[in-house]
Amino acid sequence: LMASSSSSSSAQQRLRIIAGHLQKRPEDENASVAAQECKAEAPRSEPSSATPVPRRRQEIMKWNGWGYSDSRFLFNKKGQAEFTGKRYRLSGLILPSLKDWFEGTFGANLQHRSPATPSLNLSAVAPPNLNQPFVEDLKAAGLTVSHDPEDRVFRAHGHCLHEVFALREGRIGRVPDTVVWPSCHSDVEKIVELACEHNVCLIPYGGGTSVSSALECPREESRSIVSLDTSQMSRILWIDEKNLTAHVEAGIIGQDLERQLNERGFCTGHEPDSMEFSSLGGWVATRASGMKKNIYGNIEDLVVHIKMVTPRGVIEKSCLGPRMSTGPDIHHFILGSEGTLGVVTEVTLKIRPIPEYQKYGSVVFPNFQQGVACLREVARQRCAPASIRLMDNEQFQFGEFCFFLILLSFFCFDPQHLCVATLLFEGDRGKVLQHEKQVYDIAAKFGGLAAGEDNGQRGYMLTFVIAYLRDLGMDYYVIGESFETSVPWDRVLDLCRNVKERIVRECKERGVQFPPLSTSRVTQTYDAGACVYFYFAFNYRGLSDPVHVYEQVEHAAREEILANGGSLSHHHGVGKLRKEWMKESVSGVGLGMLKSVKEYVDPQNIFGNRNLL
Amino acid sequence: ICFENSMQNIVHNSDVSSESGDSTECVAEEASLILDEMAHRLQLSTVRFFVFTLSKAFKRLFRSVCVNEEGIQRLQQAVQEHPVVLLPSHRSYMDFLMMSYLLYMYDLPLPVIAAGMDFMSMKFVGEMLRMSGAFFIRRSFGGDKLYWAVFSEYVKTMLRNGYAPIEFFLEGTRSRTCKSLTPKTGLLNIVMEPFFKGELFDVNLVPVSISYERILEESLYARELLGIPKPKESTSGLLKARRVLSEDYGSMYVYFGHPVSVRSLTEGKITRSQYNLLPRCIPQKPSADTHEFLNDAAFRLVRIQEENMVLKPWVLIATLLLQNPDGMDLSSLAEQTDWLRHLALAFGAYLDWPDHEACSEVISCSLALHRHLLSVSAGHVQLSVTDAPQVESTPEEAVFHQAVVVLSCASYRNQILHVFLRPALLAVAMQSANSNRKDDVYNCFNFLRNMFSNEFILCPGDSVQDFEEACYLLMKRGVLQVLEHEIVMSASGHSTLAFLSSVLDPFLQGYQVVSRYLCEETNENLTEKEFIPAVRNFALKLILAGRLKCYEALSSDLQKNALAAFLRLKAVRKVKVGDQVTLKVNKIAVNSLEDTLGKSDVTSHQNSWCSSMAMFEIAI
Repeated sequence: LMASSSSSSSAQQRLRIIAGHLQKRPEDENASVAAQECKAEAPRSEPSSATPVPRRRQEIMKWNGWGYSDSRFLFNKKGQAEFTGKRYRLSGLILPSLKDWFEGTFGANLQHRSPATPSLNLSAVAPPNLNQPFVEDLKAAGLTVSHDPEDRVFRAHGHCLHEVFALREGRIGRVPDTVVWPSCHSDVEKIVELACEHNVCLIPYGGGTSVSSALECPREESRSIVSLDTSQMSRILWIDEKNLTAHVEAGIIGQDLERQLNERGFCTGHEPDSMEFSSLGGWVATRASGMKKNIYGNIEDLVVHIKMVTPRGVIEKSCLGPRMSTGPDIHHFILGSEGTLGVVTEVTLKIRPIPEYQKYGSVVFPNFQQGVACLREVARQRCAPASIRLMDNEQFQFGEFCFFLILLSFFCFDPQHLCVATLLFEGDRGKVLQHEKQVYDIAAKFGGLAAGEDNGQRGYMLTFVIAYLRDLGMDYYVIGESFETSVPWDRVLDLCRNVKERIVRECKERGVQFPPLSTSRVTQTYDAGACVYFYFAFNYRGLSDPVHVYEQVEHAAREEILANGGSLSHHHGVGKLRKEWMKESVSGVGLGMLKSVKEYVDPQNIFGNRNLL
Repeated sequence: ICFENSMQNIVHNSDVSSESGDSTECVAEEASLILDEMAHRLQLSTVRFFVFTLSKAFKRLFRSVCVNEEGIQRLQQAVQEHPVVLLPSHRSYMDFLMMSYLLYMYDLPLPVIAAGMDFMSMKFVGEMLRMSGAFFIRRSFGGDKLYWAVFSEYVKTMLRNGYAPIEFFLEGTRSRTCKSLTPKTGLLNIVMEPFFKGELFDVNLVPVSISYERILEESLYARELLGIPKPKESTSGLLKARRVLSEDYGSMYVYFGHPVSVRSLTEGKITRSQYNLLPRCIPQKPSADTHEFLNDAAFRLVRIQEENMVLKPWVLIATLLLQNPDGMDLSSLAEQTDWLRHLALAFGAYLDWPDHEACSEVISCSLALHRHLLSVSAGHVQLSVTDAPQVESTPEEAVFHQAVVVLSCASYRNQILHVFLRPALLAVAMQSANSNRKDDVYNCFNFLRNMFSNEFILCPGDSVQDFEEACYLLMKRGVLQVLEHEIVMSASGHSTLAFLSSVLDPFLQGYQVVSRYLCEETNENLTEKEFIPAVRNFALKLILAGRLKCYEALSSDLQKNALAAFLRLKAVRKVKVGDQVTLKVNKIAVNSLEDTLGKSDVTSHQNSWCSSMAMFEIAI
């Protein structure tokens, strides 16, 4: 019996592989359990195809805002908020209480609009500063090249507030002069070789979701700037079911990677909030972190092998051993290098079978202190679910107004203080239920009351639409941003309180007329600390230079974070936005070490985006 | 409960247990004993009883108690925003009784007070004070790490929980001379640490200036300064002080200053991230930067106290009477007081001068209140012993009797010293400098400032600022003309400069007496303990021989400050021999300092400034 069952399972496995190779959705009911419900549906007719993101991104994505062109929040003629398009679960829904929340929180008014420039003014884009011999050599090598202003503008920015704000106003700064789309590792080798030969500046571009000014073209760069868009390198090259690894081209975006693996019965489990758009190479280059890192790990735990093309040649390890003692791990020069050393072209990742069962959950706590204490206890017992996040009271109120989630009526809790934790469990059905009970038991010790699966799921849905909401705010004089840090457990509460208060105070001092929205949430738990997110937005009516005010406040908030024992960044990276604090963060010697690596690998500064160092 | 956790941390983390080799249980037990000794037990019934008694007592003692009500309003606001630390000046035992009384009356939360242990030996009252919010700290616990750890954790826990305002005295102890004392930084560090470590968003420091028209402890202090030992605080002592209740002490003034935010105070000066690398429950010694900051902040807070101190006309009269030991006619006293009043106002003194009252009227009121220090006959006023009619047995006793009067009177003059200090240093510097050149004058000014920085509140590092302030004030008054490279006295400036330099005269003379003593003393093994009595004796002999007229040289406060200055300037060195600390005098250095001081002293003959400066430099 044993033998027959094992042989039948291996037969099944083989069938699955074959099915996978034939690129058909296997008739496996588990495949639908993947955590895709909250995210946008793929726009393609053939969901299992490996079509990459189009070269002309502007055809499906906004040129001056977040996400897909067809999906946006707006206030309809009745003054009710709705979300357009068909991609999201929220699409087509009317959100009656969003208006009240929006007006009440920001003092905004639907009569006062601050619309964006409707389309890109091509004459505002400076003509490209071309290195003709380089361009000709590229074309000769058979590479796809573009000097189209729309293509160039699209790759000149990430999603920092100041970048998007400038685009909305039609202000275009320095943009890349050329865009080139390699389609495989050897294309990249060719491009880098030519770039060195002709001394042009290369800026790798993955998903374009940076929030650290990392994609901004340095103003002082006088050479021709070439944006190297990896989006066409999006194939899964092989899957090794024996070792549970997959070898993938680095340009693949998160949702495509996950979907294609799901079709073969696997997943990476790496789900950063930007996974609809961000790329594998980008994750490696910024030390990304995913929502479910408690089960699957952060990107540095997931990678087994990295191939990167540098001006000195290709860097990679010689085997796929799970751990090595061969001096400092060279992967850690690459992880977080933010495009300053080369282009990540191929990555071998750990994969896992799709979990049998997935369950959302939520817990309401009487106040934030209790919530944090509960998360700390969960971390102490090392029983954190795949994801556990704690929103503070202000965010709870936001969620409530936005999604109409009146959470039962908790007579014993003060609605001005209560806060919500959202949970996601994954694994065998039996173990999930057992795990769930353990977590809810801990929560109960801290006064937490279970508040249902739906609320948990909506909480995660919020993650994917919050960036769209910023665009709505910007239509009505409200600007905002999120930023993150990591901090030891004992300082979590103090840091949240102090940073929130600092934001409120700085806004007041800088003439912001209305009290800002200043909220925090704990999004990841570790043995020794937590990752904390801040959302911050304010109504800028009456300010002559709102972006400058915004930047000053964010700067002050970052100073406050550092003074309270928080890190410079947990996973957004440093880019150019947080460069000034690098030395303080890693010490002069540390910075010197990184500089000397850059000096060796790229003496000509071909990868001249000037991030990090 | 919260505190118990922190106590656990102290016991486990502090290196006390590992150092002493005791088990953690032992340490925990010891810590809880310390805590018992220290802890306050606030009981409202006791407070009410206290308030009742106090209001009776205050009504008898004082004609009026004046409080700035806008300060109370600011305090009410501050208490709601962030934890508050009250920093009153300390001139009398009345200070903290009055503080608690006022806060109670204005419906503010009662403060928890860090008070010295000497109160605790007053059996009944000690318990009462404890129940009304005071907690006790030992006077000195320099070496006792556990004590310090328990104490600081106790204060911080109260601060963090926002349980009640903390109150303590920056000066550490009551000032016997009514000059502000050099502030201590230990407690300031404790109350700022929760901010440094991010446990609090901010802390509001509220300097409070308390001044008395007549101080209850006036003659007690004078006697203490002259070496008549201070009776240990005991309940019976306090009962005897009932006599005090029948006297008139005029008015009392309490000024609540603007709250000073620790956050804004530290901006750009403290890198809070230096606290990131140690668990916050582990006590951390302040870094050099922090220490400098604390010291600077403490000085600035004391300066705020000084500036807000309400002064009465008597303070001006006392200043003049001290400068005229042979007495003054009432008419000239009135004239000069009026002149001085305008000078003081021009220098920014916070003077409570009754409106619409003739100057002579104001003066006679003041004289009446302080009649026990004066003899008035036939329109002539003089400082003198009034209540010692017995036949003076010895000349020494006569000197001491007179000295009590002079020192009592000086304690009033001292209240206004902070107003005149900087211009007075400049006036003296002008007299002793070789030329009118600005840098010469500045050098002299700086030397004097350095010499007297234990005596007066002079913020470290502010010497250029102080010099400029002095120049500005005197220029505004038309006393000086400050040119690009020169400072010139105006024709009309002489009297002002003369007055200002005689303000400092007792100090110049006193310091010279100390240095002369140090030069002439032949005992190689002079111990620190013997120093004060020996200098006092030396000064007494000089007075008896008619070679010294300055009774203030007998003050132990001045003598201690002088010694501290010599130690700081390395003219004297402390050497520990066995369990005795002896003073090793560098006679050349002391001599040269004396010469330089002597040059500043108008009454003594002149030496060359430069040569003595040069000698001084060689000597050290």
